[in-house]
Amino acid sequence: MARRRARARTRRRWKGRPLSAIVEFDSVGLRYGTGAEVLRDLDFRLASGGFYFLTGPSGAGKTSLLQLLYLARRPTRGRIRLFGQELSDAPREALPAFRRRIGVVFQDFRLIRHLSAFDNVALPLRIAGRSEAEVEGSVREMLAWVGLADRASARPPTLSGGEQQRVAIARAVISQPELLVADEPTGNVDAEMAARLLHLFTALNRLGTTVLVATHDVGLIARTAGAQLMRLEKGAMVDPTGILRNPPVESVQAR
Amino acid sequence: MSTSEAERRLLPRGTLRGPTPYVIAIMTFAMMIVAAAGLALASAAGLVAGAVEHRYVLQLPDGGEGRLAAAVRAARGVDGVTGVRPVPEQEMRRTLERWLGPGGLGEELPVPALVHLDLAPGGDSGRIGAALGRAVPQARFIAEQATVEPLLRSLNALQWLSLALVLLMGAATSAAVVLAARGALDTHRSTIEIMHGIGATDEQIARLFQRKIALDAAVGALAGGMAAALALLVIGGGGAALAGELAGGPPLRALDLILLAVMPVAAVVLATIVARSAVLGALRKAP
Repeated sequence: MARRRARARTRRRWKGRPLSAIVEFDSVGLRYGTGAEVLRDLDFRLASGGFYFLTGPSGAGKTSLLQLLYLARRPTRGRIRLFGQELSDAPREALPAFRRRIGVVFQDFRLIRHLSAFDNVALPLRIAGRSEAEVEGSVREMLAWVGLADRASARPPTLSGGEQQRVAIARAVISQPELLVADEPTGNVDAEMAARLLHLFTALNRLGTTVLVATHDVGLIARTAGAQLMRLEKGAMVDPTGILRNPPVESVQAR
Repeated sequence: MSTSEAERRLLPRGTLRGPTPYVIAIMTFAMMIVAAAGLALASAAGLVAGAVEHRYVLQLPDGGEGRLAAAVRAARGVDGVTGVRPVPEQEMRRTLERWLGPGGLGEELPVPALVHLDLAPGGDSGRIGAALGRAVPQARFIAEQATVEPLLRSLNALQWLSLALVLLMGAATSAAVVLAARGALDTHRSTIEIMHGIGATDEQIARLFQRKIALDAAVGALAGGMAAALALLVIGGGGAALAGELAGGPPLRALDLILLAVMPVAAVVLATIVARSAVLGALRKAP
């Protein structure tokens, strides 16, 4: 009930609101150590409330780009603005508050092995200081949603790859983030579960969450109406029409 | 984190798996023993110094022909002298025979004489010494404090040595805790990265490690403290009797015992503070 009310509030918050850029990259470059740049001259904006797919060959820099997005790394040059705030050289103490507004599905799941599925999913809520009563209800509902209600007390090593991935996704979306970043989220699940997860992402997106999914799964891209495609090649964004530098806000609003 | 139980689950249980409790136990044990020795020395030094504070000795090179009795009479007549105890001639002879051998002290050798004097607290020793000098010109008026001064200096040096050892062991404990904290951070690096990624602050993460190390330190300090207390009771029993005999009082006062009892708590507090700063320092190196 509380969750439904929260969703309704979110829906009201977003309805009719002019969409602005939630992510802005200006001439961003990233290098590891003294090596060559793995990302270079990234100039793009993600409209708030948009749904994006990030594609590109292996080694193109997708994961590095996602790491910049979820604030695990800082760019070696250029500026990054998230939620309207310049974060390229923001102090460390300021970052946790922004990270709590981002949900991340890691390619390797990154579940805490000694915690149950329940505790893994509950982690973002507990870090945010939610009450245990609130945590209990939200986590049970989310685990049921991803089909793991009966596996709440199971630890990650006893879960299959697909189950672990669903726990990781549940953890990423449990706090209804403003920006959801997912790295190959359907890589370990069957087609039916992939469709369910995509449905979850689109449902979140309808509630106002900006979604960015890095994937090789062209079927996933084809099934998502209105999604914007981003392509990375050799560390550079392929944007021949300039649509990523100036996103068509109207088309996002119309969805 | 909203509940401590959920926080506790984030780091795997098993308090005594690492070396921290053992290191803390050994260090606490050693610190308490050394501190007890230092405190006992301080107590003994205080008692010795207090015992001789108003004591003086009147030395006569030759106590024969009534000179000892004259000196005693003169001392009793000086204002400010509250006690006069001459050492009997027989006792002086016995003492000298230990040096000179039986029969070594012939009739022709003079037998020196000693008179112990107690002065009233606050008495002017200079004035009393001058008065005695006039009454018994050949006598030397010596403060017993001067006699025990080398002993007191040695005791004082040993106290400082004990303090230095306690501080060194505290530093070694801190270093061990820093290593333990770094080891724990390495072991749980993936958990930390996940928590950072989800939005945990350095403070939230440090609290987890601080709690774990504090618990380890508490277990170690309790064990070390109990072992030290037992050792002090067993070993200290004999030592107390000896010290009591030598210094005329108990080797450890109530305040000393309280200080020793506080040491395990201090070890836990030190370990917790050091662990917290070590963890926060390491976390700040993350992006």
